[in-house]
Amino acid sequence: MEARSFVLRGVVAGAVAGLVAWVFALLFAEPQVEAAIAYEEGRGEAEEALATAAGAVPAGGAEEEVVSRGVQATIGLGVGMVAIGIALGLLFAVVYTLLHGRVALRPRVLALVVAGAGFLTIYATPFVKYPASPPAVGSDETIGDRTALYLVMVIGSLLFLVAAVAVARLVRGRIGTWNAVLVGGVVYVALSAVLTTVLPGLGELTINAVENGPRVSETPLPLRDASGAILYPGFDADVLYHFRVASFAAQALLWGVLGLAFGALVERRLAKGEVGERTPETSAA
Amino acid sequence: MTTAGAVARAKATAVPASETLPWLISAVLVGLALYYVVGIDQGAVSVLGDTTVLHELVHDARHFLGFPCH
Repeated sequence: MEARSFVLRGVVAGAVAGLVAWVFALLFAEPQVEAAIAYEEGRGEAEEALATAAGAVPAGGAEEEVVSRGVQATIGLGVGMVAIGIALGLLFAVVYTLLHGRVALRPRVLALVVAGAGFLTIYATPFVKYPASPPAVGSDETIGDRTALYLVMVIGSLLFLVAAVAVARLVRGRIGTWNAVLVGGVVYVALSAVLTTVLPGLGELTINAVENGPRVSETPLPLRDASGAILYPGFDADVLYHFRVASFAAQALLWGVLGLAFGALVERRLAKGEVGERTPETSAA
Repeated sequence: MTTAGAVARAKATAVPASETLPWLISAVLVGLALYYVVGIDQGAVSVLGDTTVLHELVHDARHFLGFPCH
């Protein structure tokens, strides 16, 4: 099989994974997103009432909706999930192509290993430091900083995995495969721990620290009046928890389906090649 | 590395790079572009114009996939 076959199968497997993740998101993400938006709107009204009471001129009418909530929560969600599935499927296929025939794993096992590595580096490790957040959690003013910090975590995790694999390969001859994988795991966790410790929490960003004092996150605190009485509650901890668990599960599902579907497609193609014209790669399994 | 692995390696490298590379390079470029469009554009930075149509369309997916959003 050549690169073309792998890349096209990556697109197909990625799109399928995106569709599955879309259905999951419709069921488990949207209720939390709706709750978060309701919180955001209620809080906006409370803040406006507080400002009016303090003598400020109320801000102009509500923001105009560019895309309706109905579209965002269904088609928009689907477009985003399938597009990211295809994007990750393409990147996945490139890594798979480079490893195919070079490691002693049959295709469907190698596909799952690469998918697991993608989940670990592109989503799970950054999530430890900067977890997925629903609307209302996250300040407009810090979007630039938050995007940069998130990408540092993604790129750092990818580099750390490359380093961990390099170390494991280096010591494998002396201590065996099992122990070499353990050493690689320790290298990955240690490097990731250093990076997550060095990078600032979102609540420590200057704008946030000035407003609320240094905190770990940007999760909204209760809105208080001058006397300190709570006018509007802080963000619901349960909504935040359920949103993040669902987000984590959706990514595991996305990468899992991508790896399984890709592995199945490649093995089917290789089996066909064995029956029909003899392709040299059939011996790679 | 087993003998079978070594054979596979020899055969894998038998595919000329001139046929493989264009596919791999385009896959990386298109993959990164899609990742950027879904996750980042029309947020902190924007190459697809000063509107927020795309951002708003994929808004829920962006939050749910873990990307920083407003």
